[in-house]
Amino acid sequence: MKKQIKLKVNGVDYDVLIKPHWTLLDVLRDEIGLMGTKKGCDKGECGACTVIMNGEAVLSCLLLAIQCQGKDILTIEGLSQNGKLDPLQDAFVKYGAIQCGFCTPGMIMASRALLNKTPHPSEEEIKRGLSGNLCRCTGYVKIIAAVQKASTTEGRR
Amino acid sequence: MKEGYVNIGKRLPRIDGIVKATGEAKFAGDLFLAGMLHGKILRSPYPHAWVLHINTDKAKRLSGVRAVVTGGDTVGFKAGGISAAGDEPYLALDKVRFIGDSVAAVAAIDEETAEEALDLIEVEYEELPAVVDPVAAMNEDAPLIHDHAPRNISFKTDLSYGDVDSAFKECDYVREDRFETAPIRHGFIEPHAALASWDHSGRLSFWGSKQSPYFTYRNMSKALNVPLSRIRVVQPYIGGGFGGKNEMFNVDFCAALLSQKTGRPVKIVVSQEEVLYAYRQRHPTIIDLKTGLRKDGTLQAVEAHIIADGGAYLSIGALSLYLMCAFFCIPYRLPNMRAKGYRVYTNTQPSCAMRGHGVPQSRFAAEVQLDIAAKEMGLDPIDIRLKNALKPGETTPNGFKITSCGLEESITESKRIIARWIEEKPKDGDKKKKSGIGIGCYGYVSGPRMAGHNTAGAVIKVHEDGGISLFTGSTDVGQGSDTILSQIAAEVLGVRLEDIRYGMVDSEITPLDPGTFGSRVTFITGNAVRIAAEDVRNQLSEVAAKALEANPKDIVFKDRKVYVAGSPDRSMPFSKLVKIAQYSGTGKTIIGRGYWAPEGLEVPNFETGRGNMSAAYSFGTQVAEVEVDTDTGMIKVTRMAMVHDCGQPINEMLMEGQLEGSAIGGVGHTLTEEIIRKEGQTMNASFLEYRMPTTLDACKMEIYHTETRDDLGPFGAKESGEGVQVAVVPAIVNGIYDAMGVPFKRIPVTQEMVLGALKGKVKKEV
Repeated sequence: MKKQIKLKVNGVDYDVLIKPHWTLLDVLRDEIGLMGTKKGCDKGECGACTVIMNGEAVLSCLLLAIQCQGKDILTIEGLSQNGKLDPLQDAFVKYGAIQCGFCTPGMIMASRALLNKTPHPSEEEIKRGLSGNLCRCTGYVKIIAAVQKASTTEGRR
Repeated sequence: MKEGYVNIGKRLPRIDGIVKATGEAKFAGDLFLAGMLHGKILRSPYPHAWVLHINTDKAKRLSGVRAVVTGGDTVGFKAGGISAAGDEPYLALDKVRFIGDSVAAVAAIDEETAEEALDLIEVEYEELPAVVDPVAAMNEDAPLIHDHAPRNISFKTDLSYGDVDSAFKECDYVREDRFETAPIRHGFIEPHAALASWDHSGRLSFWGSKQSPYFTYRNMSKALNVPLSRIRVVQPYIGGGFGGKNEMFNVDFCAALLSQKTGRPVKIVVSQEEVLYAYRQRHPTIIDLKTGLRKDGTLQAVEAHIIADGGAYLSIGALSLYLMCAFFCIPYRLPNMRAKGYRVYTNTQPSCAMRGHGVPQSRFAAEVQLDIAAKEMGLDPIDIRLKNALKPGETTPNGFKITSCGLEESITESKRIIARWIEEKPKDGDKKKKSGIGIGCYGYVSGPRMAGHNTAGAVIKVHEDGGISLFTGSTDVGQGSDTILSQIAAEVLGVRLEDIRYGMVDSEITPLDPGTFGSRVTFITGNAVRIAAEDVRNQLSEVAAKALEANPKDIVFKDRKVYVAGSPDRSMPFSKLVKIAQYSGTGKTIIGRGYWAPEGLEVPNFETGRGNMSAAYSFGTQVAEVEVDTDTGMIKVTRMAMVHDCGQPINEMLMEGQLEGSAIGGVGHTLTEEIIRKEGQTMNASFLEYRMPTTLDACKMEIYHTETRDDLGPFGAKESGEGVQVAVVPAIVNGIYDAMGVPFKRIPVTQEMVLGALKGKVKKEV
């Protein structure tokens, strides 16, 4: 009943045995062991499971793993390079955009996809770009500010 | 002294920031143990029914199922509130009392199998008449939800101070209104999750998303009938709580019981949908409020009658009801007060504590009514608040002793902010949009005195490289207390924040602690940490004094060094001092210990309400600017300001985060959030339909704090971030009142209500 598929996650190829109805989120977490991507609602309503697939922010709970073969999948674990935090991760830490941290990986991945497309977004664009990611702790104020800060420092990377 | 701080008052990033930003921080649902099984819970489809028979045979026979448990497999323990008999079994014993009540649980090799097994459990119910409306539940002929509670009253309180009846007769102005608040949810994104591992030596290890792990520690022992010393509760990172993860729940119990039955670790992660219909909510209320004033605006008397819908079980509702009533005494001087409250059982989700615990409901009523009164009397709503604001040194009629208090200053500053906002307002704005500004004030506790264990403890271990491990029994649910407590330890020991490693709760090692609620951690645990760090400092001072040939009292700890006061050249690195202490002679193990609780507090009697329940009260004023779209009825909060008195902030960046989150949460409470139920069935058990604020609702926020310092608080600090939610709701509602001339008396203020009011369907009062 299980089927073997290949998934490319954070630049690494994984051969995984899956059932056809398993979501990308469940396979990332339970089969590959990447627990950074969070399961908040499992229905595409909270954004905690956001990952980047071929450059687009996607909700991994709404994708079947089987659909994701041959795609480049980036999760929160693949964001820091050579032990150095991504500027967004750095800005989230530095400017107080993290509280309980449960929405954080999804929030950072959605922000990453936004900045990749729009390197210098306006406040309005940030708000729209992150409107699918719920956070109950922060009131979003510092999250929006952190994305803005990261967008201004990134050019100097 | 303030200027000399290295860690206190600084905008330092939180110590768990990096592991949370990288996804390395592990939450309960992320944990795995070898051989682990997965659990699921079967829930009642009926709001009220007898459970006549449960047949688990088919479920047990399903391949992959390892155990099925029901109430019959338990010792029958019922969880209860504070100083009250328990009423809530973790698995139904005879009856189910709301849709979502837990009936049975399954452990299987994976979640899918467990889910499938739930469908094979046959439960024979006998439906009973249900009552879902709290007013109907109080009727003599209403169905009884618990046999011990006539008229379904789970708790009642009657607080009376002064002479209310005579006071009203002497008032120049008296008005009465009915206010209503809807049920809302805590809204944490991490669902409840538990992992339990039982072994044959009779020990249970438990990891769960618990904001107050020692609640679970005690209840687990009782519910499993296992000695307390055999229970080990460990805290992973916690994905938000807001009061909704204090208690031990069926998910925690079932994981443990199933582990006991199977001899395997069992993890249960409930779905968000289950969180939304089968766990806790904020008490919905009906508040009849009467306020009397003299014509100069002096508050004379308040009389309140509150019906709070408690749902199916007591939870900690006795305290909720007491707080709702008692907090009419604060933040204004009120010589005469009477508040009668009824907490009523209904066949719905149980209500419990939520950010601001009971006070947001009653303060909404009081602050909105005050604005209506001010308008009718031709008084300025700000002046009326200033006139009645409590001052340092006053005692409220129920016995709250006000020590540090920056309320007057906060109202005065808010007045300046409002004047500036009016100045800044564009003169030729969109005619279809009406804007207004409203305010609200609050007072809140810094750790309530409760019956039972109330103290916080801290242990500090010093490593030979100068690193420091700090252990307390308090949890960081996101509010940043691990960082705050570490800053306190670092300040006392003259080291840097990054030198502190914070050890999260492990009941095996960390000191006993009541929990993270009532804004108690910074104030109470913070003092315990300060004392533990001072203990370390004293131990090391002895060693340093010998090495530097000085008096122990003259040893200064600063910049990761110790030196002799007045002779900074007679110094050595902190790490070297620790090595000398540990390596010389018999060697000293440097472990500091601290424990603290405010002295002289009284455990309030929930029924009469007298007693000073907190050693410090925080205060503040919230200002909200709103814009009402007269075409759509849509209300937007365009900016907010808060001027608050939290004493000396330990970390301004974290403090701002608390205030911002609390304020935006309050926007949801005021405008969009409401659990919709039909005959006990939750109709919006999803984040799509239950509308919490998103980034699009975030607005500009100005944050100021008064120049206050609390004598008892660690470095002068007190509560921050919880109390403010109390004032956000009335500030917005008063802003709408200012914009439209309509004082809404029910929250959330929906678009339909606004449009109705605009079309004159709702009588325009005042």
